[in-house]
Formats: sequence, structure tokens, C-alpha cells
Amino acid sequence: MSIMEDLRREEEKLLRTERLPHVWCPGCGIGIVLNAFLRSVLRRNMDPNKLVVVSGIGCTGRAAGYVNVDSFHTTHGRAIPFAVGIKFARPDLNVVVFSGDGDLFAIGGNHFINAARRNHDLLIIAVNNFTYGMTGGQHGPTTPTGAYTTTTPYGNPDRPFNIPHLAISLGAPYVARWTTYHVNQLQNSIHKALGMKGFRVIEIISQCPTVYGRRNYMRSPLSMMEYFQKNSIVKNDATFEEMELTYNGKIVVGEFRSVEDIPTYEERYEDIIRRAQNEGGD
Amino acid sequence: MKVEIKFGGLGGQGIITMGFILANAAALYDGKECVFTQDYSAEARGGASTSEVIISDEDIDYPHVEKADYLVLMSTSAYRDYIHKLKDDGILIIDEDLVRLPEGENRKVYAIPATKIAEKLGNPIVANIVMLGFFTEVTGIISPDAMMQAIKDRVPKRFWEINERAFQEGMKHAEKNL
Amino acid sequence: MTEKHLKEGYYFWSGDVAAAEGAIAAGCRFYAGYPITPSSEIAEQMALRLPQVGGRFIEMEDEIGSIAAIIGASWTGERAMTATAGPGISLMNENIGLAVMTEVPIVVVNAMRGAPSTGLPTLIGQGDLMQARYGSHGSYEIISLYPNSIQETFDLMFDAFNLAEKYRVPVIYLLDGLLAHMYERVYVPPREEWEKRIVRRKRARKGQLPYEPDEDLVPPMPLIGEGFRIHATGLTHDERGYPNLTPQAQEKLIRRLNEKILRHEREIWKVEEFMTEDADVIVVSFGGESRAVKAAVKKARKEGIKAGMLRLITIWPFPWEYIRKYSADFIVAELNYGQIYHKVREYAETKVHKLNKMGGEIHTPDEVLKRIREVSGK
Repeated sequence: MSIMEDLRREEEKLLRTERLPHVWCPGCGIGIVLNAFLRSVLRRNMDPNKLVVVSGIGCTGRAAGYVNVDSFHTTHGRAIPFAVGIKFARPDLNVVVFSGDGDLFAIGGNHFINAARRNHDLLIIAVNNFTYGMTGGQHGPTTPTGAYTTTTPYGNPDRPFNIPHLAISLGAPYVARWTTYHVNQLQNSIHKALGMKGFRVIEIISQCPTVYGRRNYMRSPLSMMEYFQKNSIVKNDATFEEMELTYNGKIVVGEFRSVEDIPTYEERYEDIIRRAQNEGGD
Repeated sequence: MKVEIKFGGLGGQGIITMGFILANAAALYDGKECVFTQDYSAEARGGASTSEVIISDEDIDYPHVEKADYLVLMSTSAYRDYIHKLKDDGILIIDEDLVRLPEGENRKVYAIPATKIAEKLGNPIVANIVMLGFFTEVTGIISPDAMMQAIKDRVPKRFWEINERAFQEGMKHAEKNL
Repeated sequence: MTEKHLKEGYYFWSGDVAAAEGAIAAGCRFYAGYPITPSSEIAEQMALRLPQVGGRFIEMEDEIGSIAAIIGASWTGERAMTATAGPGISLMNENIGLAVMTEVPIVVVNAMRGAPSTGLPTLIGQGDLMQARYGSHGSYEIISLYPNSIQETFDLMFDAFNLAEKYRVPVIYLLDGLLAHMYERVYVPPREEWEKRIVRRKRARKGQLPYEPDEDLVPPMPLIGEGFRIHATGLTHDERGYPNLTPQAQEKLIRRLNEKILRHEREIWKVEEFMTEDADVIVVSFGGESRAVKAAVKKARKEGIKAGMLRLITIWPFPWEYIRKYSADFIVAELNYGQIYHKVREYAETKVHKLNKMGGEIHTPDEVLKRIREVSGK
């Protein structure tokens, strides 16, 4: 048997294969990200019984439904606070939030900001496909200015979030961005982040040919991948301005921040418990 | 026995604290049934402030003062706001420098310059404790020991001494003048 | 490090403090919340006390985050709670639905204030009774309890957590602006005694499907991190917890979610019947308002009017048998424009009268007495 065949078997143990086929469209990028995540988990030899995946709502939000670990498909925008509850109550578990751009940054944006600020020990896998896929392709908080969606029929007047800039400004200890074209870098990045602590954010630019690409001159999955291939620039020391995404423009990718030893919220609270139990009499 | 007491004044005068200390003393140290309620405006200082205490030997149903046996006042505006709550044969206890009574107020009045006494002690903030000492001596409805215990529950240790003196001065004023 | 537990004795507490201490005594070890008047002192007490007993407190960015966090925490096996009021409870309702659908035990305290909107932040209201029952979208049953004294606020917390865990359902613990900030004496029994009151949730057995119910219609709960490989979703799901978006799956699941509560309603019901046995007029009330009603009933009896009080401690599921069994006329005294009035009418075979105030303060005993006189014709 080939090495790839072995890997596939190992990966399938981490999938609820009885739930396949999945809901994602042919050519969708979310499967590539899920694959990279599962391979990273295998490479780390993590105990699947101590791994928890939490998703919100949306196409990416369905990821929790396919992973064969403790997994939660929650309410729209609330994956992060739900995960905070799990992690804070059981700090020994590895908790991963796997969700999409609309879920994490629009309806869930306040939770992202505050959880990053408190530095909860969570890995955030944020799939950014520039649109609300499940509801039919409306514009979202990461849709580039000028892009066409079902709610921006004359082009998008909004300005999109610069997610790495946002995460770094909040003190997140690990911040990276890749596209679904960068499968190896992405896998290495998730692998590394799984071994770190604190609020770790990986943004993955992903193709949605079905409802985004076809309205924006990239009708096929392949043409979106070609766009990622031709326009991506790896630059780990990119400036915040360079990290900004423009309509069908350059995509600066890389590992923008990687810092060890920032105490997590969960660690700081252990100290609170010590102080509460040691101070004063009774 | 059931006694209803209403305190009134301005935010910052310790009106809520007065009620709380009396209620705490009655409930925990005199072993009475007791309910304490409070009402305050959103402003932390200067707005109207009132608190109510009901002390009884039996279970207390309605937790608010229906008709007060004692109305303890630290401002003229509180007199205007709450005098209708006092029984016809109820007793007014006032800071004589802060409450101007209208002519024709014929109910029994006990007056004390509580804020002035507190200023002489070095801190006007204990005026409410002076008033509580006065109240304790005048009414006889609560034991001074219970009150001192409740004051210590409420204030940080470093302020125990000045509060104890304030409480004693209030009691003494009642003994001397009544 | 040593845990600091409450000692036996008498305490002089506000309703908020009693709710927090009652929760901790009842085994609550996780609290996530966002401050809002008049519930904020619950958060303050939890922040002080939970780490003393090895528990965890977190102040979240809003009420939605708070309830999401306690649902997550409950999956780890912790008894988890949040507290809020007014606008905050409105924000929490979507996730109350998630907890109903995924059958997660949580306790949500709602210290009701004058409403709608910002209303009367510091003052009592009773306008959220129907919201406690119907607040989230969908057709479901929930449990809601409502004490009327500070002692009962402490004691009833045991019921709140026990029922939440027993039936895997959110319990809406109603307080009000009066009880939240009112102080009374509370007796706390020795720890050994109160710990006996705690009923823990049924734990899933290996090999049992996560949503496979026992005969009581409640599925034992698997916990995170123990190899169950749980999947939970707010989507309609089958006994494996997997989405099944068919009318058949919906029919089966939603019927069971309702039935698991309704089939046990008699075990859940708690009421206080005061002088109702021979009464011609029974005043139905609950929470802070019932304090005025009891005083009024005593006054009426002195006048020779056969009045009584039926105090609902369980608001939901509605204790309808206690209405049905009396042939007296009813007055429903509540601080809203008429909510429980309609439930009483649904089950009463006699006349039902309203007595409403829109909030801010409870009725005076004389106001209630006046209505009793009118209804009794005396």
C-alpha cells in the first residue's frame, strides 16, 4: 500500500465518514483547509479525545459536523464564546474554532476582538471566501471593495476587514494568512500553531466559485486557484498596508506574527484561584 | 411588635448605609425578622436617596413601609418627599441644620446637629453614624451592641474607631438633651 | 490552597447575593456574565466567591457571549450559570434555544425590571414571564422558577440546578428588581446537609448514542474529553446528534423535547397555597408581588372575607392543576398588562379577574385588598 493510502486511512479515522458526501460544492476550498487541518493533527500525533472543534453557522461552519472528535455546530457568530466556555472550564483540552469570515468577523466580530484581547488559548481557523456562501452569495465583512455579490449588484461600496492587521493589533501571538493554493505552507502553519498557546489566528483565502467567483470573472474553481497562484506574494514581514486585500488584486500571504510565552487567560486565571484561596482568612 | 423606619436624604449622605446597618443589626445580632429595601437615583451623589427597614417579631410580608413609625431625615427635600409616609403619631428624627420644618408640623421631633458633630470629630462622612447613635438611644428599638457589631461589619477596620466615637456622640447627645 | 466554603449560620443578604451563594452551594462552578442592573451584584459575588471554591468566573463582552460560554462549559460537566435582566435576557434568547435543542443544562437568572427596552433599570417588573416560556424561536418547553424571599432565593437554586441537570434543559430563574436588591436574613445549613440536596445529571454509558433517550425521555449526557466523540448541532438531528433535515426527524425530536418536560410536570411543580382551602377568592401571584398579596389576604381574613393566595413558585411548566382544583374566583395580581392572567383563564372554571400594575413597584396591600373586596362583593 502507498504512503498516501495509509495517510488517507488515518485521516478517515478523524472523519465521520458515514456523514459523507459533505454539503460543500464541487470546487469549494473548505475541504482543502479541513484536509490540511486533519493532516496537521495527525502529524502532531494529538489525542483525538482531547481535541474539540467548534464551528458557527455557514458553509465553513459545517466542518464541525464532519470531524470525528468532540465537535459543536453552534449558533451564528458564537463559536468563539462557546469555545471559550469549553476551554476555560477544561484548560487541558485542545480547542479549535473552525469557521468562516461572516461568522467570525461580522456577526461574531465582537467575540473575536475580545477573545483575542483576553488571549484565550484557542486556535482560530478562519476560512475567508469573500462572501456568505450558504445564503446565496451576499457580501460580507471581507468582501473586497468593488466586488459583485447578490447584495452589491453595482459593486461593493464597503471596505473589507484586514484580518491579520486586526488580529495583530489585538495582540494575538500567532497570525498567518495562506490561500487554498498554499496547501503545504498551510499545513505547516496549522501544525506549528497547534503546538503553540494563546489566541492563534490563521486566515485562509478560499475559493467559492459557485456564488462568488462566477460573479467576479472567475467562473471555474480552477480560475480562482490560478488567481491565488498568480497573485499571491509570500512576505512574512509584510506591513499592515501590504496585508490589505483589494478586488482581484495581490494577496500577501505568510506567517506575520509568531510569539511565544504570552500568558493566556486560562493561565492567568489559575493565579486568580490561587490568590482567592490563599488570601485572608475565611 | 412591628416597627417601620424610613430614612431619607441626599446621595452621598450614607442614607442607604444607615438603613443597612440598622437592618443588619436587627436581623443578625438582635435576632429579629427584618427587611431592608433601598431606592436611589442613578446619580451616585446628590440625588434623592431613601432606604426602609421593617423590624418585626413575626414574618414580614409586604416589604415596604406602609406607614412609618420613625422618619429619619437628613435634608429638607426628603421631608417634602416622604413626610406623607409618616404615621400621624409617628416620630421625626432630623439633622437640625439640614432639615427645615414647615410651620404647623406638630408631630414629635427629635433633632440633632449630626453633621456638625461629625465635622467636629474630624470627618463629616460619619454624620450618618452620629445619627444612628442618636436614633438608637431615642427609640430603644435596637441594642447599642448590635448596632456596633453591624457598623463593624460594614466599615473597614481602620475606620472602626472614628465610627465608634460618632455612634457614642450621637447616643450622648440624646442622653443630654432629651 | 484551601477552598473556602460557606459556613453554617445566618447571613444578611440581598437577593442577588443569595442567588449567587445558592448557586455555588448547589454546585455551580462556572459563571459567565455581562453586568446589567439589577443583576450585577450576582456577577460581583461570583467573581469574588467562585475562585475561592475552585470555580471559574469570566466577564464576557456581552450577554450573547456569556450564554454561549456557559453552554460550552456545561458540556464539560460543570454546573454553569449566567445572570442578566431586561435587554440582556432578550439578547440571550437565541442561545437559550440552542441549549433547548442540544439539551444542555444551564441556569439563567433574569432579575426582571420595568420594561420594554431600557424601561426602569432599578425597579421591579414582571413583564418577562411569557418571554421566559416563549422567548426563543420554536415550539419547546422550558422550566422557570421564581422565589419570593431571600431565603427562598438561596434554597430554590438547588431546584434550579437539579431540574436543569435532570431534564437536560435550561432553567430560567426569575428574580425581580425588588428581590435583587432587597435584604433579608438567610439561614445556611451545614455543608454536609446542603450537599445532600444536589442531584447530578445522568452520565452517558459507553456505546449509548448521545441523543438516545432513556425511558424518561431524557438522554444521559456524554461529556467532552471522555472519548464519546460527541457531535451536537442546533440543526434538527437524530439520536447520533447528526443533522437530519426531514419532517420525520423534526416530529420525533421536537415532540420528545416537549414531552420530556410535560410528562414530569407534577414533579417540577412547586406552589404555595395560603388559606386557599375554604377561600371564595384566590389571588394568584408570584415573586416580589406576592409579598403584598399575602399581607392583603391576611387583612381580608380579618374583615371576614374568605380570601386565599396561590403563589406560583414554578411558573413553567404552568401548574394548571392548582387552578383547576379550586372553585373559587381568581384574581391574578401581576406587574404587567396581563400575562399569567391568560394562563389562569385557560384552566379556571370560575371567574378570573385582573389586578395589574405596569411595574416600578408592587401593589400595596390596600390596593390588593380593595380588589379582593370588589370581587368578593363585600
